[in-house]
Amino acid sequence: MTTTTTTPSTGSSGDGPRLSSSSLLTGSLPRSFAPLLLAGTAVVVGGALFALGLFHLVSFAVLTAGVYLIAITVASRAVEGGRKAKDRLVTGVVYCCFGLAMAPLISLLWTVLVNGLKRFDGYFLTVSMNGVIPSMDAGGVYHAIVGTLVITGVAALISIPIGLLAAIYLVEYGKGRLKQAITFFVDVMTGIPSIVAGLFVVALWIMIFGPGNTSGLAGAISLSVLMIPVVVRSSEEMLRLVPNELREASYALGVPKWLTIVKVVLPTAIAGITTGIMLALARVIGETAPLILTAGIASTRINANPFEGQMMSLPVFIYQQVRAMGSSGDAGIYAEERAWAAALTLILIVMLLFFAARLISRLFAPKLGR
Amino acid sequence: MAKRIDVSGLHVYYGDFLAVEDVSMTIEPRSVTAFIGSSGCGKSTFLRTLNRMHEVNPNARVEGKVMLDDLDIYGPDVDPVAVRREIGMVFQRANPFPTMSIYDNVIAGAKLNNQRLSKREADEIVERSLRGANLWEEVKDRLHKPGAGLSGGQQQRLCIARATAVEPEVLLMDEPCSALDPISTLAIEDLIANLKENYTIVIVTHNMQQAARVSDRTAFFNLAGTGKPGRLIEMGDTNRIFTKPEKKETENYITGRFG
Ligand SMILES: Nc1ncnc2c1ncn2[C@@H]1O[C@H](COP(=O)(O)OP(=O)(O)OP(=O)(O)O)[C@@H](O)[C@H]1O
Ligand SMILES: [Mg+2]
Repeated sequence: MTTTTTTPSTGSSGDGPRLSSSSLLTGSLPRSFAPLLLAGTAVVVGGALFALGLFHLVSFAVLTAGVYLIAITVASRAVEGGRKAKDRLVTGVVYCCFGLAMAPLISLLWTVLVNGLKRFDGYFLTVSMNGVIPSMDAGGVYHAIVGTLVITGVAALISIPIGLLAAIYLVEYGKGRLKQAITFFVDVMTGIPSIVAGLFVVALWIMIFGPGNTSGLAGAISLSVLMIPVVVRSSEEMLRLVPNELREASYALGVPKWLTIVKVVLPTAIAGITTGIMLALARVIGETAPLILTAGIASTRINANPFEGQMMSLPVFIYQQVRAMGSSGDAGIYAEERAWAAALTLILIVMLLFFAARLISRLFAPKLGR
Repeated sequence: MAKRIDVSGLHVYYGDFLAVEDVSMTIEPRSVTAFIGSSGCGKSTFLRTLNRMHEVNPNARVEGKVMLDDLDIYGPDVDPVAVRREIGMVFQRANPFPTMSIYDNVIAGAKLNNQRLSKREADEIVERSLRGANLWEEVKDRLHKPGAGLSGGQQQRLCIARATAVEPEVLLMDEPCSALDPISTLAIEDLIANLKENYTIVIVTHNMQQAARVSDRTAFFNLAGTGKPGRLIEMGDTNRIFTKPEKKETENYITGRFG
């Protein structure tokens, strides 16, 4: 901060630390003061809201935060002086922002968990919708899980090599026009709406196989269109982070460039690259629109063959169940429960992916410790 | 082992910028040659052209001739990778491979080139190189710990061990001690004195005492002004350069009077 200002901070008469005796002797609030104040504020605000009959979680949280911020600033200014007071205020604001960012996430996870657990069990995971009529209290997502795993698996098989090799080209080999062009098109690809990716593959399929042919492979390719730019971008960043000195150290030992890349650069960057790939996978695993267009809606069929026929996937399953929520009687309720349970399944799969990514990073990360 | 390097009429360019102009010199085998000179006069640039390391930078190019014994290293059929196998390099900042253990760092030259080493051979190379780098006693109990966990001086000696493990003919060192404390510096200077029995050594240094202590011959580089190319001013036996320099510029530099 101070480095960007024109006047050096030592000469400023602001509220930076000054070596006058008065500033050395300011008091300080006890460590437990802030948490106690927060608890006190919460009790008082909660009580007041209850008394007025206006209690609501959101208004309670907002009011508590506001009152606490004012109270801590005033108290700190009185006891500790202006600089500390500012520090406390900003600390409080940062925590509030953190809470604000976390609130939707936690609320979402909580809602999915509560609603999803009604139907989430071994039966739900291992049974398909084959032979289930709307009013039956039965059926599961087995076919959708199979479809999601196959489609995203194939998408990963296509995108990871292409994306990683493109990133290696950009960082290690590319120069001039071609490099600029690739960077530009990757950037453009990042912005392609997913439905457009789906339409692109549909058009491609009609051109090659004629109309009416859908398959898991088409779905996987449309997901690759979305995934490749993310993989290229993140891998590129990670490869750039590898210090040039390591490459030079390897060259100086008489190691050719390609071996240097394979054995020095990639292992050094592997942790970041895996994380990037997992993020890309997590981004596409929830795609619905392109899959409806390309892999179709295989309502009941268990199909693990990406080359032939329609294929269900979890997001499309959720979409289908949500559409059926309006059905009369119990059918609507069952559909809603299935949708939530499938959403929970999807989130769990993504979490498993991240867990795996963490494990891989941990395994390969450069070892700096003693 | 140990080969002579003969440079004649070497110019080095970065794009259009002439960084080093018309250097000719002979670097004797089994001896230590020191490069001294003010900052920016092209010592590193010149050093890196001796094993074609400057080619890592796509803008850099050279004119002139560098002979390693009787092989022109810029000849049309010469593979820069093979040149670097003969002429190793140690850098200013220690750069052990962070993904590898101390042991693997030492045999990195073989491992990265997919050479198969038996366990016995590998153990032997590791011990010999680490002993040669005065590091064996300090690390023999933690050979399989990460190389990046060593101190700066130890890391630099590890890098020297790594460079000598592939048994090059020539060892180039670009300010190998500039980030080290006096004790580690002395350790490395001792090491250089030992290594010169088997290698041709070139060392760039800003430390005049160091040049006087370790080197047999000294080359002084200077540049006429900012934006001008660096040139070799004079080269000769270290003793003579430090006691009776022929050129006024050299005398000014080594006595601390500049310009
Ligand atoms: N990658 C590069 N691209 C363009 N110019 C460069 C590059 N590296 C060095 N130069 C220029 O070449 C000249 C010589 O630089 P060099 O690094 O060889 O100096 P040096 O003698 O090693 O200096 P020092 O003692 O500070 O290490 C300088 O003018 C420098 O600006
Ligand atoms: Mg230099």
